Amino acid sequence: MKFDLTEERQMLQDGLRRFMRDSWDKSTREAVLDGDTGYSSEAWQGLAEMGVIGALFTEDDGGFGGAGFDLSVVFEELGRAGATEPLLEVVLAGGLIARRGSDDQKAVLESVIAGETQLAFAHTEPASRYDLDRVSTEATKSGDGFTLSGRKAVVVNGPNADHIVVSARTSGEVADRDGISLFVVKKGAEGMDLRGYRTMAGSHAAEIALDNVQAELLGSEGDAFDDIEWAVARATGALSAEALGLMEACRKLTADYLKQRTQFGKPIGKFQALQFRMADVLIEIEQARSAVINLCGNLDQPRDLRERHVSATKQLIGAVAKLVVEESIQMHGGIGMTEEYDLAHLTRRLTMCDHRLGDTTYHLSRFTRLAAA
Amino acid sequence: MDLSYTDEQNAFRAEVRAFLQEKLPERLSDKVRLGHELTKEDHEEWHAILNEKGWLAGNWPKEHGGTGWDAVERHIFEEETTQAHAPRIVPFGINMLGPVLQKFGSKEQNEYWLPRILNGDDWWCQGYSEPGAGSDLASLKTEAVRDGDHYIVNGQKTWTTLGQYANMIFCLVRTSKNGKPQEGISFLLIDMDDPGIEVRPIVLIDGGAEVNEVWFKDVKVPVENLVGEENKGWTYAKYLLTHERTNIAGVGFANAALENLKRIARLEMSHGKPLIEDPLFAAKMAQVEIALMAMATTNLRVVSKAAEGQAPGAESSMLKIKGTEIRQEINALTREAVGPYAMPFVSEALEPGSNTEPVGPDYALPMTKTYFNNRKLSIYGGSNEVQKTIISKAILEL
Ligand SMILES: Cc1cc2nc3c(=O)[nH]c(=O)nc-3n(C[C@H](O)[C@H](O)[C@H](O)COP(=O)(O)OP(=O)(O)OC[C@H]3O[C@@H](n4cnc5c(N)ncnc54)[C@H](O)[C@@H]3O)c2cc1C
Repeated sequence: MKFDLTEERQMLQDGLRRFMRDSWDKSTREAVLDGDTGYSSEAWQGLAEMGVIGALFTEDDGGFGGAGFDLSVVFEELGRAGATEPLLEVVLAGGLIARRGSDDQKAVLESVIAGETQLAFAHTEPASRYDLDRVSTEATKSGDGFTLSGRKAVVVNGPNADHIVVSARTSGEVADRDGISLFVVKKGAEGMDLRGYRTMAGSHAAEIALDNVQAELLGSEGDAFDDIEWAVARATGALSAEALGLMEACRKLTADYLKQRTQFGKPIGKFQALQFRMADVLIEIEQARSAVINLCGNLDQPRDLRERHVSATKQLIGAVAKLVVEESIQMHGGIGMTEEYDLAHLTRRLTMCDHRLGDTTYHLSRFTRLAAA
Repeated sequence: MDLSYTDEQNAFRAEVRAFLQEKLPERLSDKVRLGHELTKEDHEEWHAILNEKGWLAGNWPKEHGGTGWDAVERHIFEEETTQAHAPRIVPFGINMLGPVLQKFGSKEQNEYWLPRILNGDDWWCQGYSEPGAGSDLASLKTEAVRDGDHYIVNGQKTWTTLGQYANMIFCLVRTSKNGKPQEGISFLLIDMDDPGIEVRPIVLIDGGAEVNEVWFKDVKVPVENLVGEENKGWTYAKYLLTHERTNIAGVGFANAALENLKRIARLEMSHGKPLIEDPLFAAKMAQVEIALMAMATTNLRVVSKAAEGQAPGAESSMLKIKGTEIRQEINALTREAVGPYAMPFVSEALEPGSNTEPVGPDYALPMTKTYFNNRKLSIYGGSNEVQKTIISKAILEL
């Protein structure tokens, strides 16, 4: 048993931490939160040049990593900086293109890895909440291709995406696993109405209405569910690692503040009431770290084992995130509630992790079902 | 032991309800229900409606133009108004300054300021906290130096809620550096139109700007604006804090928030069924409702004691902690209930007079903002940690 990172991953972590510290400072954050895209294109280019996007893909797909612990290293550092670059969309949409695409379709990955093409994954619908099988967008055969009609909700990075991977039903009823297919839709496709907006996580997202939009099938027809679950499992590992990084950043700010802030003639960190709570936060973050390891170390296991870890990890992460957010703000007092202070963006982004890929209630209930099976 | 209200109390409730039905503008209750921002004019409109009926100052005695209600009547009024989604009464003049003037102010001060509060001539804000003086309020540094008929005030206040609307601020200022810090504090009424005052907004985590920093540079304040005696301000401030803590449990707010949560949980779909039928989510909601039912009775126990004239001590600290924890938990569950639609941050759609369409269902948009904004409940008015210190001192006889 060994819990150290390999030498390559250690180097990736060190380099990325330095890079993020320099490139995701306060002025970057302010520009991103006020900006039109929800991320920094300089940081994105930098990540591409460092090979960070490539680290999310296997060598076969043109990258040089792609394993669970590559994801966790990258995303923890992203989280630590509070960065909003749309890398999770690469894990989702890019992962699905790599897994299902024809050679022609996979050609786009080279420009994704080079930072030249933006992706999004349009799966969630207004009524699907977190269910992966609840797809009602319809795909109809037309000529060589398909046309899509329906609505997609909260598509993160949707407004920036050059290629959107869209799920739609080619057969079956709303919650059937069979009959779900995946498609690629290009930016500005005719019949696609996209309303972009800011999110609480700092990233931008879109509501997408599809009205007979021309789309290209990705993989074969009707069998996409298993691959969607696979890609979401990997993305859950990544998002959980990002949440862990965000937790560490909140903890550090709070611990530093407790040492600095003086009331009643001493640093507030001298009050045992706060010391014990800081200790609780630390204990729970270590639980979160282990949960991330559990999931990222089991992403290549058979489906049932993998999915048990998906729900176990995401449930625990959601619960710890809530604790860390609420305690960090509370122990700061008024300062913790101001936009100006770093904590605001970090706690918003951390809180939003529970609203993607399933929340604590969803995964607790899913875990009981998977455990019983 | 009898849990029922008297006939008179029930009749009073019916009267309040009928009044709200007739006089509360739907435009305002819709805004409150949907979590949209109220403008200064909205608040003033509602104050004027209540004032016309003589119901604006629920905690003032009749002789000062108040209602003369006892604690139970005030409780009923709060329950009914929150249930009807009436705007809350802006507390600074009515609930905070009014009682202090009545107890410690001069006759002239009462005659001048109290009617102005009722008529909406002045908008007051509270200038207690400073950057270096939060929980340790007595360490405040803003200084007032006597110069003939005036005090000259220099320093800074912060977190001043709705200071952007205010023309008057009541402040704790330092008038002496001798003795214990508590012994050199005075209570001053300051006109915010003075050229030496500068107000700067603080943007909060939810994107709103309800609090401000207020700077004082050689601000001239006439000595008749000193309340009570010089260097006795700490006593008045503590008295004010106990008034700030009436209704601290926020049972009415909690009930309204719980109702909203249930409404949303009926509309949101999970696995093709209403979320309220999801056993795990329903259990989480039940847990907080059970706590609220008990807390409501704790509140009534304190309220009825107060109606008999007993001053609440550590009980109000207890109610503040439990009440804010319950409200914050309801807010967290409501954020959870709206699912992926907790993510959009389309603040424009909540601003007064906005034409921006919300993203997702209209009830979803304010819920994450409310969750973050209400983190303040456990921070201000004496943080929950400070309240626990008060309780533990009382039980451990420290
Ligand atoms: C939205 C908002 C509106 C406000 N409106 C007003 C207003 O209108 N007017 C006004 O005057 N003030 C206002 N306040 C200020 C509020 O009263 C203070 O924020 C509060 O007193 C806490 O002070 P602080 O923020 O400086 O935190 P600090 O006092 O620095 O406290 C930081 C943390 O340390 C804890 N702590 C401090 N001392 C102890 C101790 N002895 N033992 C254990 N824990 C301790 C606190 O509980 C908190 O968790 C407002 C605050 C907010 C957030």
